[in-house]
Amino acid sequence: MVTNLETSQQIDDAGIDLETKTLLEMYWQMVRARRLDERTWVLHRQGKIAFHISGIGHEGVQVGAAMALRRGYDYAHLYYRDLAFALVLGYTPREWMLSVFGKEGEPTSGARQMPSHWSNKKQGIMPASSPVATQVPQAAGMALASKLRGEDRVTLVSLGEGSTSEGDFYEGLNWAGVHKLPMICLVENNIYAISVPMHLQMAVPNVADRAPMFGIEGVVVDGNDVLASYRAIKEALERARSGGGPTLVEAKTYRPVPHSSDDDDRTYRSRDEVEEWKKRDAIKRFETYLLDKGILSGDMIEEIEGRVRLEVDEAQAAAEAAPYPPAENALFPVYAPADEA
Amino acid sequence: MADTPITIREALSAALREEMRRDERVFIMGEEVGVWGGTYAVTRGFLDEFGEKRVRDTPIAEMVIAGAATGAAMAGLRPVAEIMTINFAFLALDAIINHAAKVRYMFNGQFTVPLVVRTTTGGGKQLGATHSHAPEVIFAHFPGLYVAVPGTAYDAKGMLKAAIRDDNPVLFVEHSTMLQRRSPVPDDLDFTLPIGKSDVKRQGDDVTIVTYQKGLEWSMAAAEQLAKEGIEVEIIDLRWLRPLDLEPVFESFKKTNRCVIVEESLPHFNVGAEISAQLQEHMFDYMDAPIKRVSAMDIPLPYSRELELMALPSADKVVAAVKEVLGG
Repeated sequence: MVTNLETSQQIDDAGIDLETKTLLEMYWQMVRARRLDERTWVLHRQGKIAFHISGIGHEGVQVGAAMALRRGYDYAHLYYRDLAFALVLGYTPREWMLSVFGKEGEPTSGARQMPSHWSNKKQGIMPASSPVATQVPQAAGMALASKLRGEDRVTLVSLGEGSTSEGDFYEGLNWAGVHKLPMICLVENNIYAISVPMHLQMAVPNVADRAPMFGIEGVVVDGNDVLASYRAIKEALERARSGGGPTLVEAKTYRPVPHSSDDDDRTYRSRDEVEEWKKRDAIKRFETYLLDKGILSGDMIEEIEGRVRLEVDEAQAAAEAAPYPPAENALFPVYAPADEA
Repeated sequence: MADTPITIREALSAALREEMRRDERVFIMGEEVGVWGGTYAVTRGFLDEFGEKRVRDTPIAEMVIAGAATGAAMAGLRPVAEIMTINFAFLALDAIINHAAKVRYMFNGQFTVPLVVRTTTGGGKQLGATHSHAPEVIFAHFPGLYVAVPGTAYDAKGMLKAAIRDDNPVLFVEHSTMLQRRSPVPDDLDFTLPIGKSDVKRQGDDVTIVTYQKGLEWSMAAAEQLAKEGIEVEIIDLRWLRPLDLEPVFESFKKTNRCVIVEESLPHFNVGAEISAQLQEHMFDYMDAPIKRVSAMDIPLPYSRELELMALPSADKVVAAVKEVLGG
């Protein structure tokens, strides 16, 4: 049963004034995330890595949102599905591969944390816990810090629609609304919380319908349209910067693959449904748009795919060749030294 | 400068005020901290002095109090979050334990969480099982989170100032029935106590009592009674459950060869269990009697006065335990 918004095959570029170079960067980032993700599935099926949680299908909203942020300045408090988002903010395929293999040199955690728990202080990527939605109150605290310091930094926090059933979502957004914190709450709605469909998570048709209860703006956007997603986040960012408070942005999308390498989605949805959604795939749609505009050509696609494949190959090879971290690394760094403050 | 006798409440208040004046990154958030001045009146007058930006009344939302404070700490501020009782902190366990305590380790030292979560603990006020337990030990289970359990005004001030200045997250536990206890405290603005140092509160040669917070009171009262019978106990106040400083305990045990551990926690997997294990591991050759634990009884804490007193430790129970390890 398809219960999500019927997204169109079009790209809505109203009011979008981006350079060709930027549009092509968006396309490249989407393809790059997709191919890296697909390769990771293969590595899991080959028995080379322990676990994978996939972002396939979400590249439109993630690349659009990430490109709308001021990279390295705004805080991005991301959730596990945000591979494309993290890549745009500066995370590299090589770092990703080191992470999934748990190898030495993995820069954000030293291979101490499982993959897809993003963090990179320099890139403004803030670390989240694993129970879903716990990042929402934390993001509100980060937004408060920016506000107290008089900065115009905005905190974007992302989560899935299933996570909006958690109390943290309500407590965090309620408080962010009370204090008009500079914050964007991006819900990537792919209809399923692992196997549980949206209609068993909530009695409203849209997550964004809940925004009025927090006294904040709520926006629904087609998450498979990269430019519409970009515009929605850009508007929310301006609202936050100008003192208008938080925005709850709901991006309607779909996950055409299992939730993670630990579930089989054939048990909870039909193949017809998945095939129907693949026709609305974010990358295909944007590609058609760019071809129609004459911005992209067949040759260029071939060049981009080749470049991405090389990067993914190199990333995988580097990670496979890298040693595991020395076991003694398990013993630190639990505590901050006493003289750091 | 002469040390002034003040209450634990005044000591906590002074520590917070001094640190907020010293460092503008320090701010307070929690239920009732602003207009009302704190459930236990620790932050009375703070709203007037520091303003609503730094003294923030929050909704009734423990996940926001602890979670947003954790976020603000990761973003460079130094929040002091207040949770009304430690029994309500269970609602915020993910922020405190899964996140604040572990984030430095999980992300290779990229992030520090200079957060203090102040909360109250303990029974004795007829508030029943969901207000009144003393479950500090649960929080001390996890690496990455310091747990402070001061039992005097002197310790409360020096430890809270140290906690606020430290870059690690600290759960700062105050006993709700001890806030009026008075002791001399230095006025010195730079008075702090080292994190993770226990303290010998009474010297004696016969039995070592290891305790903290309310247990310190029961133990001191027991010591008075025992002294009249010619029994001199040595009392070690742990002051911190993490880092746990057992060196003075071991030193004392070498002399007394007998130990009683006194605490308000429940008996199952409690502080006494940990210390007994460490004593047998490190001090086996010095041991002359089984180690005895005095704790709350293994039941949810009841409401009615007589029932509650039955469930809690007391000076008499400490006296009996000391006599037992002496073979009486």
